[in-house]
Amino acid sequence: MAQKLVVIGAGMASGRMLEELFAIDAGAYDVTLFGAEPRGNYNRIMLSPVLAGEKEYGEIITHDADWYRDNGVDCRFGEPVVKIDRKAKQVVSPGGVTPYDKLVIATGSASFFIPVQGNDLPGVVGFRDLDDVEAMLKVAGKPDGQAVVIGGGLLGLEAAAALKQQGMDVTVLHLMGHLMERQLDPAAGYLLQKELEGRGINIVCKAHTQAILGKEHVEAVLLEDGQVFGADLVVMAAGIRPESWLAVDAGLRVERGIWVDDTMQTSDPDIYALGECVEHDEVVYGLVAPLFDMAKVLAKTLTGTVAEFKAPVVSCQLKVTGVDLFSVGDFSQGDDREEIVFRDPGRGIYKRLILKEDRIIGVVMYGDTTDAGWFFEMLKTGEDISDIRDTLIYGPAFQGGEALDPLAVVAAMPDSAEICGCNGVCKGTIVQAIHDGATDLGAIKAVTKASASCGNCTGLVEQVLASTLGDEFQVPTPSGICGCTDHSHEDIRRVIKSQALKSIPAVMQEMGWKTSCGCHICRPALNYYMIAEWPLEYADDLQSRFVNERNHANIQKDGTYSVVPRMWGGITTPQELRAIADAAEKYNVPTIHVTGGQRIDLLGIRREDLPAMWADLNSAGLVSGHAYSKGLRTVKTCVGSDHCRFGTQDSTGLGIKLEKILWGSWTPHKVKLAVSGCPRNCAEATCKDLGVICVDSGYQVSVAGAAGMELKETEALATVATEQEVIDLAVAFIQLYRESANYLDRPYKWVAKVGMDWVKQQVVEDAQNRAALCERFEISQSVYRKDPWAEQAKPEYRPRKWAALADLTLEAAE
Amino acid sequence: MSNWIDIAALEDIPPRGARVVKTRLGCVAVFRTGDDRVFAIDDACPHKKGPLSEGIVHGNAVTCPLHNWVIDLETGMAQGADEGRVNTYEIRVEQGRILLDGARLLARSAA
Repeated sequence: MAQKLVVIGAGMASGRMLEELFAIDAGAYDVTLFGAEPRGNYNRIMLSPVLAGEKEYGEIITHDADWYRDNGVDCRFGEPVVKIDRKAKQVVSPGGVTPYDKLVIATGSASFFIPVQGNDLPGVVGFRDLDDVEAMLKVAGKPDGQAVVIGGGLLGLEAAAALKQQGMDVTVLHLMGHLMERQLDPAAGYLLQKELEGRGINIVCKAHTQAILGKEHVEAVLLEDGQVFGADLVVMAAGIRPESWLAVDAGLRVERGIWVDDTMQTSDPDIYALGECVEHDEVVYGLVAPLFDMAKVLAKTLTGTVAEFKAPVVSCQLKVTGVDLFSVGDFSQGDDREEIVFRDPGRGIYKRLILKEDRIIGVVMYGDTTDAGWFFEMLKTGEDISDIRDTLIYGPAFQGGEALDPLAVVAAMPDSAEICGCNGVCKGTIVQAIHDGATDLGAIKAVTKASASCGNCTGLVEQVLASTLGDEFQVPTPSGICGCTDHSHEDIRRVIKSQALKSIPAVMQEMGWKTSCGCHICRPALNYYMIAEWPLEYADDLQSRFVNERNHANIQKDGTYSVVPRMWGGITTPQELRAIADAAEKYNVPTIHVTGGQRIDLLGIRREDLPAMWADLNSAGLVSGHAYSKGLRTVKTCVGSDHCRFGTQDSTGLGIKLEKILWGSWTPHKVKLAVSGCPRNCAEATCKDLGVICVDSGYQVSVAGAAGMELKETEALATVATEQEVIDLAVAFIQLYRESANYLDRPYKWVAKVGMDWVKQQVVEDAQNRAALCERFEISQSVYRKDPWAEQAKPEYRPRKWAALADLTLEAAE
Repeated sequence: MSNWIDIAALEDIPPRGARVVKTRLGCVAVFRTGDDRVFAIDDACPHKKGPLSEGIVHGNAVTCPLHNWVIDLETGMAQGADEGRVNTYEIRVEQGRILLDGARLLARSAA
């Protein structure tokens, strides 16, 4: 007599297992199949096309009523099993008890509902089964419907694209920094985001959901940063959770999922499990290929053949029409790994192979996945690629051929294309000059003025030389800003502007970075360029900041910090001094030092005391002095006409005005100002980045001094009659510096490169340009003219940033 | 014998960032890379004891904030011309939780 096999769960894994089982021995078992859903097995992977309206439910059914009848399966659909009684070897369901000889648990997984208030409101759905899809389609049918998808992984993006296709206004909220971070590296994530945004899907990364709002039905989603997104529908796609409670109740071994051995047996020899509900060798699977492998193994196990499930290499592909994306294997970086990266920004193509010991161990492809199968095959077989490494990235079709000409782009430019924006020189003019005998950069500069001003186009001019002269011209070796790129600061700034690149991954992608996330040299530079170019749109990336700017204090050699409150123009009050003294005592400050920038430095502060100390200083009206930033440091003053018998103007008042306008701004390197009330120059204005000397008739403004590693007197910019003119000149000069200097060049270095004449022309002579510079500075300051200490001292920052992650000092040893 | 201790959620550490765990043997820096791998190493650079947890994280390395030594998070070895290494600790992520192997940290502290 056949044994009784009871299967709990009528999904894809158990469906495939039954097929395999019947193929081996149709008569081995009498099968009873329980399913919580009121229907048989269908292809869950195709739910996205059903949601998008590209397919109907009927098309995705894999086992219909005839199939179950023909194979003698007793179907108990819509009847969830509520208990397993291992002693009596029976399962309990609403219809009564069903005895088994062998039991298979295939309960799959459920959507993980993030634990926030409102996650149980009507209109909040998962994305696991047909009921979810039907619930979504019901809402999608309403006009002007808004959907919020929580989770930018595979499932969430498929849901988002499908709902967009159904005419909904869709926002994806993703906790991580880029989409599909499990399958994609940041560069491919960026391309995917660009593509989906191009389809009108709103994507918010680093989105921390705080609550789901609504009374009777969901109405909106609130983020921790206060952003609110209206929602008639919220799709939870933030992950899945193995459905293992039946096994837990039955006392089976359950880790993250139901534990199974290589034969799919659970800790009870008569109970097996497979699919998304199990954990095998510490791994839980969510993609279909390994589940089918499990089905094969279990069918063999049940029929007495020895079979072992081996953890497979899993690849993934996104099922969004028109998006080509493939990823497989391990794509993290490592010392023993090498990468081959191919980027074609124009066509949105990105391919990355990760190699280890001459073998492919990971593949990420975006935009063109034609060769995915070939690479995947080589990854699985572990083929040695050292012989074909040179051409590997071009795929199997590559039959040799000529190397690509890096100058092709420049060569293809029309003669009318402008090369030098400052001097309005187009390519034709330069080519003509070359034919007339100007065959090096210096000569071109002299004849045409191209690249003679700000110098940003130097690389382009050299490329025109190279493409015109051919072998006769040797392009100087590119001096990349770090090992991650061959591009210079000038090139990077130009491309960020011209191609409107608004994120660090975007720059790395479009400019062909050789590493996946840069290094400590290029990331702070790129972060600065983003802030300077896109002040309103770009969100400062703290992880790309040097420690001092991330922690708003100066790190010292022993890991403690120094804290310097701002003293506007070097003026302070008894209250401020008292607050500083109180803070120094309260936090046991070992050293108090008066700085050269006219303020007080509190040294030796422990990191964990910073926020509390800031809060104390804030309450006395003191704010950050930015003594740690590549930004405005101090405006040093003398007491001027207020007190001094020689003072000609109110130098203190002007210094305070300048500092109030400029504070908080980020610059390529630090910026220090000084205002002296008379030519005796007590504020030492003539060795600052910008100095003002007051005279009877007005103000002498000079710039580009230095008093550090190098000593240099400032150079005259202009002499003006009013304070307002001084302020305009200072703001315009600093904005010009912000917009065109290389990161970590102090103003004197930058002025030496671009020339004082050009600076004067931009800031002094061209009044319209000066006004435009001031306006752009003010736009940026609308974001950055604020006290970072007040922000960082807020209670919500303390556990997340300032506290230790965990304290094991009290933990007992085993 | 491992002694896995659940110390925090993965998202408590920003990507390409680090936080510290206090232990009786000093602070251990727990790193999260851009691709969500986690590493635990002593929070003191082999050079001048700089707090590595405050460095810039790139790839699977961190640059010390004091003098720019680059430390490999996987091996604890200083990169390039610099020589030295820091202790590394077993760590893993399960269901979004970070588990640190406390065996060495606790055993040695008890001794």
